[in-house]
Amino acid sequence: MTGRPRIQDFDWPLLGILGVICLVGILEIYSSTHASAMAGMQWKQLMWIGIGMIGMFLISRIDYHTLLDQAPVLYLTGIAGLLIVLVIGYSRLGAKRWISVGGQTLQVSELMKLIIIIVLARYFTEVRTDRLTLRDLAKVAALTLVPVALILKQPDLGTAMVLVPVALVGAFFAGIEWKHAAVGLLLIALLVPLAWNMRHHLKPYQQQRIETFLHPEQDQRGAGYQILQSEIAVGSGGFWGKGFSKGSQNQLGFVPVRYSDFILAALAEEQGFIGVCVVLLLYLGLILRLVDNAQKAKDRAGMYVVMGVTAILGFHVLVNASMVIGYMPVTGIPLPLMSYGGSATAFVFLALGLVMNVRMRRFVN
Amino acid sequence: MAPWNITDQKIPQGRLALFSYVSAALVVLLLAGFWKLQVVQSEHYADLADKNGIRPIAIIAPRGAMLDREGRVLVDSYPSFSILLMRDNPKVLEKSLPQIEDGLGISAEDLHQQLEAAKFEPKFLPLVVKPAASEADIEFVESHRADLPVLELEMVQRRRYPLGEVLANTIGYVGEVSPQELEKNPDKYKPGDIVGKAGLEKQYNELIVGTDGMKRVVVNSVGRVIRTLDNIDAIPGKPIQLTIDEDLQRIADTDMADKQGAVVAMDGHTGEILAMVSRPTFDPNDFAVRIAPQEWAALNKDPNTPLLNRAIQAQLAPGSTFKIIMATAMLESKAIPADYVAYCPGEAVFYGRVFHCWQPKGHGAVDLHTGIVRSCDVFFYNVGQRLGIDKIYYYANGLGLGRRTGIDLPSEEPGLMPSEEWVQRVYHHKWYAGETISVAIGQGAIMVTPIQLARAYDSVASGGTLVEPHLLKDLSALKVERFPLSDETVEKVTQGMYDVINEGGGTGYALRLQDVDFSGKSGTAQVMSYQAGAKVGGRAGKLTNGWFVGYAPRRNPDIVVAAVVQGSTEHGGTTAGPVVRDLVKAYYDKKSGHFAQPSTAQNIQPSHVIPVADPEAEAESR
Repeated sequence: MTGRPRIQDFDWPLLGILGVICLVGILEIYSSTHASAMAGMQWKQLMWIGIGMIGMFLISRIDYHTLLDQAPVLYLTGIAGLLIVLVIGYSRLGAKRWISVGGQTLQVSELMKLIIIIVLARYFTEVRTDRLTLRDLAKVAALTLVPVALILKQPDLGTAMVLVPVALVGAFFAGIEWKHAAVGLLLIALLVPLAWNMRHHLKPYQQQRIETFLHPEQDQRGAGYQILQSEIAVGSGGFWGKGFSKGSQNQLGFVPVRYSDFILAALAEEQGFIGVCVVLLLYLGLILRLVDNAQKAKDRAGMYVVMGVTAILGFHVLVNASMVIGYMPVTGIPLPLMSYGGSATAFVFLALGLVMNVRMRRFVN
Repeated sequence: MAPWNITDQKIPQGRLALFSYVSAALVVLLLAGFWKLQVVQSEHYADLADKNGIRPIAIIAPRGAMLDREGRVLVDSYPSFSILLMRDNPKVLEKSLPQIEDGLGISAEDLHQQLEAAKFEPKFLPLVVKPAASEADIEFVESHRADLPVLELEMVQRRRYPLGEVLANTIGYVGEVSPQELEKNPDKYKPGDIVGKAGLEKQYNELIVGTDGMKRVVVNSVGRVIRTLDNIDAIPGKPIQLTIDEDLQRIADTDMADKQGAVVAMDGHTGEILAMVSRPTFDPNDFAVRIAPQEWAALNKDPNTPLLNRAIQAQLAPGSTFKIIMATAMLESKAIPADYVAYCPGEAVFYGRVFHCWQPKGHGAVDLHTGIVRSCDVFFYNVGQRLGIDKIYYYANGLGLGRRTGIDLPSEEPGLMPSEEWVQRVYHHKWYAGETISVAIGQGAIMVTPIQLARAYDSVASGGTLVEPHLLKDLSALKVERFPLSDETVEKVTQGMYDVINEGGGTGYALRLQDVDFSGKSGTAQVMSYQAGAKVGGRAGKLTNGWFVGYAPRRNPDIVVAAVVQGSTEHGGTTAGPVVRDLVKAYYDKKSGHFAQPSTAQNIQPSHVIPVADPEAEAESR
């Protein structure tokens, strides 16, 4: 028995939170760029939001079970796409991340985020257990690490890292055994120092970013300068902020890419701690609303899809906000829905389209 | 294989709830991080943000001008631009260098050398690549603001010396404050401040220095000025008026142009310095921008010491000009009768040694008047022997020789007037009486400066009033020292000096002036001792310092001029005399309104001056 999903089944409160976050983002993009050569950027961002919304509605029409059916095909397509990028993709700023599709540049790794959500949701549903064996975990790791490795090769550490929490969160809900989780955490704790010793195999710019994360004061004009300027912007904002478009760090261009990766620093300067509270609580509200959707999902497949999206969005917010206050290195992970950027914004809407998809079908059999 | 989507498993509600709690906890942690920056450390970061965006720019106050006694500008300041090269971004700097070399016309080698020299200075200190930018240079910087952000313009105030070399040693020069001065006065100076380094620039630095202003501007992340926040205007330094008379100064300078020596002209009543020349000299304008290290080294190492102000720093044997002090001592001490007569056969023996008179034929019977007018050495040998060194010291010291005059210039030298006590103290032996004979004619262990001689002559002719020489016009209190001389003494000695010039056979007869009671005394002091001169041989062995100290009128002089011409083979009356005469004449021409603005000094040189053959040359043998 199948009923058609109805428009009132859309998650309107979620859309409301989404709208407010987007609005705050647009205003801050305007504030950061209106007095510069990049004036008018907010309109481009608005356009991307519009495109994203259309994508969201489109993706919500296709039953997620249909998408999960096609998981192997999607996965192989995604891997193929990443390989194509490595071979014939074209470079910007020393990184090969884009391929040209019908005159438009496409960042395949953003699509891969959606694909990994679907593929892992399918996998976790299919193992149908509350106790993942080591074998299962190995398969999850293999499925995740192949695209991670390909994206690292581009190189794009930030996007590659974002795939990992989908697997971790999925495993958590699929019933990872505590001892496996403990061993896994222990392994990560051991691997980080090992990776640190292997850092000379990283790309020079990655080495530098890690170096400057650890010693920001040594390189005031490089990446450390970015973190320092971001911290100055945040700190000088104080409790109440300097006022809309009145932040000196932001307006005078001391905050690096203030309209994108560091938009939270710009906002923190102009709107103060109060503004940061509002924004972070909006994101918490978004996440809690997503978890609510997961709880009400019709089946485990739906829950995995929703929590995969939640994992990625949450990770973005956590890493971006930590970077802005100097708790994490600069990895190029934007703040979802606020940072200016076409592919990233489109991804968030498509991902939320998946969530709507799950929600609209919770009563449908 | 079973279909993958069999829905037989429950949603793990507990784990989802746990996920929510962890999410909330992480948000709280993040907020704590923001709280730390925005509330706990917010002041620290607000301060850093201000430092980032607000740049204080000093507005340099111009130094006060210096005017001559008639209000003519001798020194002033003008605004100018320096071009700075920012060094804090080495990559951009490296890339911009070729364009900068082209645009500003600096050689690549020069620029690299400067950058190399500044390598160990803090990176935020810019390099001054063009201290004095031309209009074309400024245009270049302005039009390349976008593509050459490493170039900056800085407004500075520069010193201008319109007279160039003419008054250089007296005025001195300016330069950047030295690290030592900075350390001594950390509140008063900041690095890069321009201060007086020598001469009047140094002496009256405090009076003419202004108060720098300050402008605070907002700059963006690439250093471009967005707007001015506030502006505290600079307070320009006050001008000072000097006692110098530019006309007299120019005449003295022209007369001395190709010579080595010094001239000082002083108002006899007040001690106001009317002219002060030291040659060879330098151009203080070279210091106004930034003196090249090679040029500075050359000035310092030049054996002719162009930086020395000889009028107050040359310590020289006074030669026969000292005979006036001897005559005064003889009359005042009354140790020798006023009508004492000595017989001069051309030489005399004292303490077993032969001392020559400059006139080998001898002067015959010589009294004090003839002794002064003909400058007879044997007469003054006898006077010196009878007085002894301590009496000579008493009068010479009383008339200001061998000690600083207190003129308002830095680094005045004291000269040296020997005494028994001095020899005992410095050399730990007794004074050789034979030395007194040399000192009696201004040779041997005696050194004076031109300014000391000028003042001593003024005080003899004024009955023992020693005025303090000075260059600042409005000195509130005139400093005067008294060393009273009896009227008979003054009358006799001044009559002698008058006749030096105005009596046939006087050593300065060729210098006499119409309608002016021009008086004075010449002197020709050996540069080396006779023996040393003989060893060197030739012309160098005969080099002398020619003196002339002249004044007018005969008593209570209006003007006193001391001149010394060093390293000439000629007599002081011939080399230094005309310089003194020209100044005295110009002084009275100005007074009577007959003064013609001299484009050169030649047009006031009377055509009837006949060069006289060397009438005197002190000789001494041991």
